[in-house]
Amino acid sequence: MLLKLAWLSILNRRGTAFLTIFSIAISVALLLGIEQLRESMRNSFLQTVSGIDLVVGARGDAIPILLYSVFRLGEATNNLRWQSYLEWTGDERVEWAIPISLGDSHKGYRVLGTTTDYWKHYKYGHNRKIELEAGKFFDGLYDAVIGSVVAEKLEYQLNQQIVIAHGAGSAALFKHDDQPFQVVGILKPTGTPVDQTIHVSLEAIEAIHIGWEDGFPSTETDNPEKIKLSDLQPKSITAFLVRLTSKMHTFRLQGEINAYEKEPLSAILPGVAMQKLWQIMGIFEKSLMAVSAIVILSSLTSLISLLLATMNERRREMAILRSVGAGPLTVFYLLWIEATVLCFVGVCLGFVFQYIGLIAVSPIVQDQLGLQILLEWPGTKEFVFVLLIMTCGMLMSFFPAWRAYMISLHDGLLPKA
Amino acid sequence: MKKNAVLVRDLKFAWPASTISTLKIANLNIPENSRTLIQGPSGSGKTTLLSLLAGILLPISGQTVVLSEDLTRLNSKRRDAFRVDHISFLFQQFNLIPYLNLIENVLLPCRFSRVRYQNAGSDEAGLKDEACRLLNLLGLEPEKFSHLTTQKLSVGQQQRVAAARALVGNPKLILADEPTSALDPENRLAFLELIFKQCSKNQSTLIMVSHDTSLSAQFDQVIDLDVLNQANGF
Ligand SMILES: Nc1ncnc2c1ncn2[C@@H]1O[C@H](COP(=O)(O)OP(=O)(O)O)[C@@H](O)[C@H]1O
Ligand SMILES: [Mg+2]
Repeated sequence: MLLKLAWLSILNRRGTAFLTIFSIAISVALLLGIEQLRESMRNSFLQTVSGIDLVVGARGDAIPILLYSVFRLGEATNNLRWQSYLEWTGDERVEWAIPISLGDSHKGYRVLGTTTDYWKHYKYGHNRKIELEAGKFFDGLYDAVIGSVVAEKLEYQLNQQIVIAHGAGSAALFKHDDQPFQVVGILKPTGTPVDQTIHVSLEAIEAIHIGWEDGFPSTETDNPEKIKLSDLQPKSITAFLVRLTSKMHTFRLQGEINAYEKEPLSAILPGVAMQKLWQIMGIFEKSLMAVSAIVILSSLTSLISLLLATMNERRREMAILRSVGAGPLTVFYLLWIEATVLCFVGVCLGFVFQYIGLIAVSPIVQDQLGLQILLEWPGTKEFVFVLLIMTCGMLMSFFPAWRAYMISLHDGLLPKA
Repeated sequence: MKKNAVLVRDLKFAWPASTISTLKIANLNIPENSRTLIQGPSGSGKTTLLSLLAGILLPISGQTVVLSEDLTRLNSKRRDAFRVDHISFLFQQFNLIPYLNLIENVLLPCRFSRVRYQNAGSDEAGLKDEACRLLNLLGLEPEKFSHLTTQKLSVGQQQRVAAARALVGNPKLILADEPTSALDPENRLAFLELIFKQCSKNQSTLIMVSHDTSLSAQFDQVIDLDVLNQANGF
């Protein structure tokens, strides 16, 4: 009976009720959307690279190794010997290992030397492989494959000639301009640092550094034609990404690599290091959450103020209800149920809005940012959210309901019109 | 001897905010099945008295015995329950809940009181019939108006719906606070006649407030509140 009354009363005020519901729905959708986006970003961050069990670099701390090997930020202090790479790759517990060599750049974008294993094994996100937008993966010595951001920002197309500079950053002083590269492939967006990377073969990195052993170009210029592939056996690389045959070996092998006698190496667990890094950026997460919480609170406040604002015009109605036998408590419940129903409908609608919004937005985001938005059915977390919002709304609704109770107690049957 | 529907002894009442008492009544008897008119100028405390008789307000001292129940000795919950079972109200105007249709407005007391529910029909179909019957009696054809929201009715029509509500489920005591003052003079008597007829059929007691002296002849008893009230008021 009360529910029916509350419902009819809402229908009677459907204009304002609709606005209230709408504002709650929007804010709930915003909260859920932001949360989903945050979750997606976290996932995408934690899965910047996936399927890797260990990252091995020259002796150092986990975060710097992660930063330069996976995020391509900063510099490795030391390289490791090619021989070490070969030795560890030969270990029977290692399924494969991708070598990477960093240190050069092109117009601020990192140049990464690697092998074809990179295309075969490198994964990000939910087991997603790197895909080509156009062209092919490199096979010639001076072939380069560029990430989507590089292609877009520098407006490069296939067959574009590029010159690689020694060192990172745009202030890189010396250019390897005697040996220009040609873009043979452009990658699809991944939402990872791969997008901002120029990929070449390890041999190419070796080739452009012939005569650079002391870090400067030697005075007698080499003739590029003279360079033979056999001479281009890499001598050192920056790091390598290891996949094991079984995760069970992870800690064992990590210990062994860290204790390697021939060279000081560090093997890190990328998952753990990325978790740590994400926690450092936790402030970003928290501020997103804070914003959406405030949005929710403000829309709940508008619900309460709507109810309070209509309170005066409802005095008459409450007096009538009292006169036909409703107790003050009944009036309290009526208001309370009404607020709760508004809140509930708003929250439900919010869910719908959120999904519609995400479905509409996700192809664009995927395309432009390479960020894969997770579209999942509401889980426990959403349930907890809704419970929290509903509880909050219901608690706040106590206020107008209480006002109604007091008014109906005081006014009795004599409302001050 | 007839039993008293209302019996007031040594009643004293003052509004919480005011320092002077609004009402001071030594003795007031209203017999069962009678029609009583309470008269007095505006602000003399007529509505206040009705509220006291309904147990919505409680006197500072004294007794209000209604239908053999001393309201001052019931707790607020029991008073609410007692009121809805036995007492009906009819106000000057704005008696209806705007978002309920005619029938539902009439049946409201039955929603809050088992006694009224059972008196009226004891099942949904019976209730509906009773509501239609009362509306018909009061000169409203429910079929014609049922699709209208109550706000689209004229004031006179609204008062009839309110009267039907006051009568539904046989309340023993009907308190009417200037129910006719919003009506045209020519409709007043007809409206009153309909209420009187139902009251005598149901054996209900009617206490009506009005400052319209022309109505006196229709009532068994006329009380001038200024005479009855010993509070020096203003
Ligand atoms: N809710 C209230 N609070 C305080 N004083 C009130 C209230 N209602 C009425 N009064 C005062 O009580 C007196 C009697 O009012 P009322 O019973 O409404 O008179 P009547 O119905 O005869 O016009 C008036 O002086 C009025 O100001
Ligand atoms: Mg009055």
